[in-house]
Amino acid sequence: MQRTYEIMFIVRPDILDEDLDKLIAGLEGNITQGGGSIKSMEKLGRRKLAYMVKKFNDGNYVLLTINADGSLVGEIERRLRVSEPVIKFISVRMDEEEKRVAKIKAIRATRKKLSAQPAATAPAPVEPAAAPAAATEAASA
Amino acid sequence: MADETSTPSAPSTSRPEGSGPSSSGPGGRPPGGRPGGPGGGGRKFFRRKKVCKFCVEKIDAIHYRDVRLLQQFVAERGKIVPRRLTGVCTTHQRGLARAIKQARNIALLPFAARY
Repeated sequence: MQRTYEIMFIVRPDILDEDLDKLIAGLEGNITQGGGSIKSMEKLGRRKLAYMVKKFNDGNYVLLTINADGSLVGEIERRLRVSEPVIKFISVRMDEEEKRVAKIKAIRATRKKLSAQPAATAPAPVEPAAAPAAATEAASA
Repeated sequence: MADETSTPSAPSTSRPEGSGPSSSGPGGRPPGGRPGGPGGGGRKFFRRKKVCKFCVEKIDAIHYRDVRLLQQFVAERGKIVPRRLTGVCTTHQRGLARAIKQARNIALLPFAARY
């Protein structure tokens, strides 16, 4: 069962750029080997942490959006926990939320159509009303 | 019989009188409590109707990543601001609380701000 997950992790700030790229490439390799796929990878850059983590005050944020099984996510979490430069991570399941948002958007789209229809039909009755009036005038005349 | 019916009626008539001052009590209280609270109305009895920001602006997904948005609903010391102060509806407050907690976990928001 493939699901959409978002994995965000913080890498220690004193890491070199090449090492960071290597780390991310390694993780991506793990995901693809485990039967998952990467939807997007984003380096959010260096950010100040809201509180001190492992005596660091800032960190490199990386965001991965993936399609994977629950077991694969567990495996990735284990790897993140083991890997030394990663100081914090969070994985969030996104598919339910996406489904919910899509549903809301669909409902909103139908409502818009309903509001658009009366506007389209409203001018229409005016013309038939005017036409019979003209007809009655012609009949009376 | 007439006395019995008259005696319950007497307290019942006196009850509105008793509730009168007590109702004016809570009525008088908000102006006293409001000035301290954030997002309160202006003077005395005028209070603006609070509306849910997420419903009005049609923000569907409350994501833990947009710190700017979440920060509006976090007090100075890092506490989640209650619904009664912000006017957020129940559904969105639930999602908001979840997002704030996730953001705290990944060090985007503080658990407790430094004094």
